[in-house]
Amino acid sequence: MSLLTPDLGLLFWMLVAFGTVFFVLAKFGFPVIVKMVEERKAFIDKSLADAKEATERLAGITQESEKILKQAREQELQILKQADEMRAKVIADAKEQAGIEAGKLIAEAKTAIRKEQELALRDVKKEIAELSISIAEKILRKNLSNLPSQQELVNQLINEAQN
Amino acid sequence: MTYNLRLILLFLIMFLSANTIFAQEQHKQNEELDVTELILEHVGDAYDWHIVTIKEHPMSIPLPVIVKGKTSGWHIFSSARFEHGHADYQGFSISHSEKYKGKIVERNADGTEMRPLDFSLTKNACSLLFGSSLLIILILSCANWYKKRNVETSSPKGFIGAMEMLIMSIVDGVVKPCIGKNYARYTPYLLTVFFFIFFNNLLGLIPLFPGGANVTGNIAVTGVLAIFTFVIVNIFGTKEYWKEIFNPNVPTWLKFPIPIMPAIEIVGLFTKPFALMIRLFANILAGHSIVLGLTCIIFISVSMGAAMNSFMSVLSVIMTIFIDVVELLVAFIQAYVFTMLSAVFIGLSQVEPHHEKVKK
Repeated sequence: MSLLTPDLGLLFWMLVAFGTVFFVLAKFGFPVIVKMVEERKAFIDKSLADAKEATERLAGITQESEKILKQAREQELQILKQADEMRAKVIADAKEQAGIEAGKLIAEAKTAIRKEQELALRDVKKEIAELSISIAEKILRKNLSNLPSQQELVNQLINEAQN
Repeated sequence: MTYNLRLILLFLIMFLSANTIFAQEQHKQNEELDVTELILEHVGDAYDWHIVTIKEHPMSIPLPVIVKGKTSGWHIFSSARFEHGHADYQGFSISHSEKYKGKIVERNADGTEMRPLDFSLTKNACSLLFGSSLLIILILSCANWYKKRNVETSSPKGFIGAMEMLIMSIVDGVVKPCIGKNYARYTPYLLTVFFFIFFNNLLGLIPLFPGGANVTGNIAVTGVLAIFTFVIVNIFGTKEYWKEIFNPNVPTWLKFPIPIMPAIEIVGLFTKPFALMIRLFANILAGHSIVLGLTCIIFISVSMGAAMNSFMSVLSVIMTIFIDVVELLVAFIQAYVFTMLSAVFIGLSQVEPHHEKVKK
């Protein structure tokens, strides 16, 4: 049967056709495609690994930032507490200082007032003395016009002075 | 919607293919329909490419005939000179005898028919060249896409993506597991084989002009493919491979004095590519024959009356569609099997000495 006997001409053409296809595709066709696909695969694998690493690093960063935040908050609290204490202390100190100052001022004022008082009192006394002297002068001048009364006064005065 | 469109297309194709045969049979109206001959004619080779016969006028593309007669030397002429096998030209004619039926023969002085050296571009050869150029264009255009682009920024979509999927499924699914560590050297060959067979199988399934030739169902074609595999298997075979053929690790009496095992191994060398050749040839030939046979039901049942004929026609179309769809599957499977077996044979020729395996 002719179906089972290979034809020489067709064998030849098949050899030519397949040989050409094989040569061209094995040189310029498939290696290019396979190489690119494998490169892309390698690239994808690398990208995946990179992404994983990045995610891990990001998680690390988040953790670290949380830690830093916590620390900062703690520090803040501490600072606030310190500030509070300081304020209280400053106020207390100020109060104490103010008390002392005030006491000093009051004392000074008191002494000043006393001095003033004394001065004023002295002035008043001086005034009164002068006034009483002038009054006495006037009275004396009037009473000494008659002698007996003069005598009597002198005696009286001498008695007084003697007592 | 797409599904319906495809169905319509499929029906159209079936109708046209049926039409082709029907038209061809018209000129034999009065003769009894010889299905065997019709099928053999269709699956066989021809010197012109028959497209359609309209009202007893066969429309066909004449193909170049290239022959070297024993005495008259080289001749190149168009096959139209034979007038569809009815005329002689320069001493050559298309034989009607039992021995060289349908082939070009040269008549000797004593009247006996001789086969000249025949390198004619027959229907199969043309289809082969057409398919090969198309395949080259297709794969090179894909390769070109890759060449123009950067791996890190783009990946293919659509047709090139599908081609990539197919290529990589062969590389990862067949070549790598069957051959092992040296697979890269054989990848281009195996991919070429796969696409060559697959592509020509598919072209053979198209019943319209550029397709329809029974290329991969021709033993010369499958034979050359098998020879390529045979050569590659044996050229790159390792020392261990040849040792296992001529001095296998079996009891001595199997090798000496009568070398039973080496003989079996040497026979095995040739049965492997032979099996490859026959498997592909038989499968594709069978597919074409079944489709043609089922289509012929329409013309056989003409004599059974109109009702029977229409029923059988519908049946025939349904069955033909079914077989055509199966053939689509077969087109892929046979290409896949040929590639896989080639890969397995190459893998077997890459054997390493056994003690290395123990080390693992």
